[in-house]
Amino acid sequence: MSTLPRAGDLGLIGCHVCGLVCRDINASDAACPRCGSALHKRKSASYSRTWALLIAAFIFYIPANVLPIMRTVSVGDVDDNTILSGVIELWVKGSPDLAIIVFTASIVVPVLKFFALSLLLISSQRRSLWAQRQRSKLFRLVEFIGYWSMLDVFVVALLTALVQFGFFSEVEPLPGVIYFGLTVVITMLASMTFDPRLIWDGRDFDD
Amino acid sequence: MTLPAQGTSTPNGIAPPTLWICEHCDTVYHRRVLTRREVARCARCDAILARHHGLSINGMLALVVTAMIAFIQANIWPIVTLGLNGQHISTTLWGCIVMMWREHAQVVAALAAFTLFFAPIFKMVLLGWVLGYARSGRRAPGFRLAMVTLYRIGPWTMSEVFVLGTLVAIVKAHMYFEVIPDPGIFAYGVLMLVITAFSSIDVRRLWDLTQDERA
Repeated sequence: MSTLPRAGDLGLIGCHVCGLVCRDINASDAACPRCGSALHKRKSASYSRTWALLIAAFIFYIPANVLPIMRTVSVGDVDDNTILSGVIELWVKGSPDLAIIVFTASIVVPVLKFFALSLLLISSQRRSLWAQRQRSKLFRLVEFIGYWSMLDVFVVALLTALVQFGFFSEVEPLPGVIYFGLTVVITMLASMTFDPRLIWDGRDFDD
Repeated sequence: MTLPAQGTSTPNGIAPPTLWICEHCDTVYHRRVLTRREVARCARCDAILARHHGLSINGMLALVVTAMIAFIQANIWPIVTLGLNGQHISTTLWGCIVMMWREHAQVVAALAAFTLFFAPIFKMVLLGWVLGYARSGRRAPGFRLAMVTLYRIGPWTMSEVFVLGTLVAIVKAHMYFEVIPDPGIFAYGVLMLVITAFSSIDVRRLWDLTQDERA
């Protein structure tokens, strides 16, 4: 591939918020003249912030899975559900297709995010030139699927509001759902703080 | 080629940029006009640089108005009704939020209120506002703040996730209860279609399509 110029080499800087292309005057507090947003060559402290958020999300993810997210009480019979037991229940009671959707949203997506972001952080910090294009795609996948993990949280909210038949049947949320909601929000923040341009900032050979 | 320097504003407005900078790898390209349905991709990292604008400003505004109508319907009508032993219970989005708050899951209630109610409303109102003025090529009062806010709240609207969540909840409830769909769920279905239609539109092009009045 011939050399594709990068903004940093040309002394340019692009505004993320409005798309304006500006000359880089190397000021630390520069703002976009069109939309007023701060301009950075790279998101500031991307590595340390993303690591911090990722670790925080992982800490919340443990109680989110271990603690039950929902309690069903019917005629004195108490049944606590975790994320995984909810998936198994769906599978066993005849909706394997939906069980796969919930399993993907609640378990595959968060775990994939932890692995993918860790991989991106480690490889970029080592200035690796390995599979840069695929790593870029991996990052876009993480960004795109991130918020679908809120699925289970909304399911619990709906069932809590609907299943209020007093003695016969009642659903109430349990702390696991709070940890899970926070995990999703924090992993979303983590992928927003990661600067994908770092993937390409390896040693300065161009392609 | 003259480019504005960061931090300076010129007296006669800022011309639309003639370059694309890939947000994912910082590669610079000359802008060109895209043909129908064409998508410009970055040669280095394959990210989308720009898409052909299939929709005029009027078309975008029509979609926003449709979304607003669907959103109002989705929120005033119950979404679904459950029945057990002749007793019926239905709920709306706000029913869920209030219930979660009362059941000591205030964090979840706040998250749901923001991602399913306030963020979508904010987004639709701000879009309607800037698009209404953009029809005549003008920038609405507060254009800059509105556009920056739209960019910031963009990732936090989750109505489409809620629609899927409703389907999962219905299937789960169906194992034990009688389930009756209500108008709210159909309104949410329409909303989901509009959101999908809008998802490929980059509203940032309004920066290039409108002129600052002071200029």
